[in-house]
Amino acid sequence: MAKIDIIGAGAAGMWQAFLLSRRGHKVTLYDPAGTPSQNCASGCAGGMLGSYCEGEPGHEEARDLGLEAMEIWKEHYPHLKLNGTLVVASPRDVADLQRFGAVTQGHTRVGVDEISALEPALEDRFRDGLFYKDEGHIEPFVALEYFIQEAAAAGAKLVAEAWEETDADVVVDCRGLAARDHLKTLRGVRGERVVVDCPGVTLSRPVRMTHPRIPFYIVPWSDNQFMIGTTAIESDDRGPATLRSVTEIMAAAYALIPALGEARIAFMDADVRPSFPDNAPRIIIGKTQSGRPRLYVNGLFRHGFLLSPILAKITADYIESGAKAPGVLLEDNGEW
Amino acid sequence: MSLATGTADALSIYGEAISSRLLLGTSQYPSPDILRRSVEASGAEIVTVSLRRESSGDVKTGQHFFDLLKSFGARVLPNTAGCHTAREAITTAQMAREVFETDWIKLEVIANDDTLQPDVYGLVDAAEKLTRDGFKVLPYCTEDLSVAQRLVGAGCQVLMPWAAPIGSARGLMNPYGLKTLRAFYPDLPLIVDAGLGAPSHAALALEMGYDGVLINTAVAKAADSVAMAVAFAKAVEAGRIAYRSGIMPPRDMASPSSPVAGLALL
Repeated sequence: MAKIDIIGAGAAGMWQAFLLSRRGHKVTLYDPAGTPSQNCASGCAGGMLGSYCEGEPGHEEARDLGLEAMEIWKEHYPHLKLNGTLVVASPRDVADLQRFGAVTQGHTRVGVDEISALEPALEDRFRDGLFYKDEGHIEPFVALEYFIQEAAAAGAKLVAEAWEETDADVVVDCRGLAARDHLKTLRGVRGERVVVDCPGVTLSRPVRMTHPRIPFYIVPWSDNQFMIGTTAIESDDRGPATLRSVTEIMAAAYALIPALGEARIAFMDADVRPSFPDNAPRIIIGKTQSGRPRLYVNGLFRHGFLLSPILAKITADYIESGAKAPGVLLEDNGEW
Repeated sequence: MSLATGTADALSIYGEAISSRLLLGTSQYPSPDILRRSVEASGAEIVTVSLRRESSGDVKTGQHFFDLLKSFGARVLPNTAGCHTAREAITTAQMAREVFETDWIKLEVIANDDTLQPDVYGLVDAAEKLTRDGFKVLPYCTEDLSVAQRLVGAGCQVLMPWAAPIGSARGLMNPYGLKTLRAFYPDLPLIVDAGLGAPSHAALALEMGYDGVLINTAVAKAADSVAMAVAFAKAVEAGRIAYRSGIMPPRDMASPSSPVAGLALL
């Protein structure tokens, strides 16, 4: 049993706290913005667990880790929804859908009847779609609360303060973009979202729409709430969503489901996702000032919730037995 | 051999010698890492960047990405993508000049979001004002000759006509119009800007005598961007060498390439 300090109470830190305390370690979770953190990229997530949809060329590593992570989600999270993901395109953008289908796996082609059977809210407006039956989704706030409580129940101590070096055996650094003070290659990739309440509309699963200009997704949360998200802008800007972005995604959502025109806007916001230059996640083995192991879990890009469980497992295995994970778990060579 | 491309056959844009006739756009790649490798593999000496798309309004916040582009060693050509009026495009050009310390600007004024067709009125207006302000303007235009004349009159020393709508991958939709433009301006650098999907499209543009092509989506959205960058580089080189070698014109009847003496005359 190790004494472990975890810094950062977003999706990555929360899963570390949960899994490590469940495995019998003495865990303390630090975050000055609260536990769960009120100031992290995870707070602005949609909660899609789309290992295949996120597996476009260049993201194979995230896809493979995501498939392993899904098994851990299934094992530990009772509120996981496993209804798949539906991707549709309007007739004029079918070429985008074909391209997306050609470069991703785990889907079947669906036509108008299957689309309207899967999601009656789409009626018969879409003739072409892709159904990724093995994907899932969760509700970010609910999941964060759940895992923090479970971690606490398993003995984790929650400290809503900044971390300072203690006598812990290992430090797990899950600070996201704030870790740029040590990891110079981290950058921000901005995402924006609108959350709406719409009692008249029901969706069973995340629906993505391919579009040359505004690819976007809509994720059903509980209580008739929907998260409409988009954009991956190369920017460190954590400022509020822009008029252009929200206008475009709201118009796109309205085109997807006209009944959303009556939705009430609950809130809209934006944040930046911590990402390495290849957009792949990593655990980097560094040292604290006093020479103890400091494991940086970072670069989760668009996959914060999806990948956090598998990164927590790799971390735990490494702490317990020195288990290797080539390509993911790396010694700090000073170049990150 | 005099036909080789490279410094001996450099393209001159606003007095700068550019050896690679493939220009590469930098948006929509799977990651900055793949973007960097694609630029390296393409041999491109000019890469374009959208100031607006990559900065969510405040240019400082895109600095990390802009620094990455500068690190490639290629000349960064900022564009005004996403601007719908001359005024917007001029403001964006002025910001780009500060951020990238260049007076080159790829001028885009967009008429319609679905076709991304240039607004040729706004384009000419912005080109005139930017040229007066000391910019070296590379306008994204149509193959329309009357627009080209206005742009040249406004001081543009390069034109960048589209092949097809941006990102449409349809290739040269109006080869006749493009040929006319080429014939009308034999000495003006002409670069096909938008709508190319396959390397053969790029080769065809160069075979027609176009001086270069600008590619973005076709490389960025390929299943293997780095390999596709290589494919476009080879196609551009092949097209250019072919153009300089004198392409055989098509003829109506077969013309035997081996001697016919001694064979029966049918």
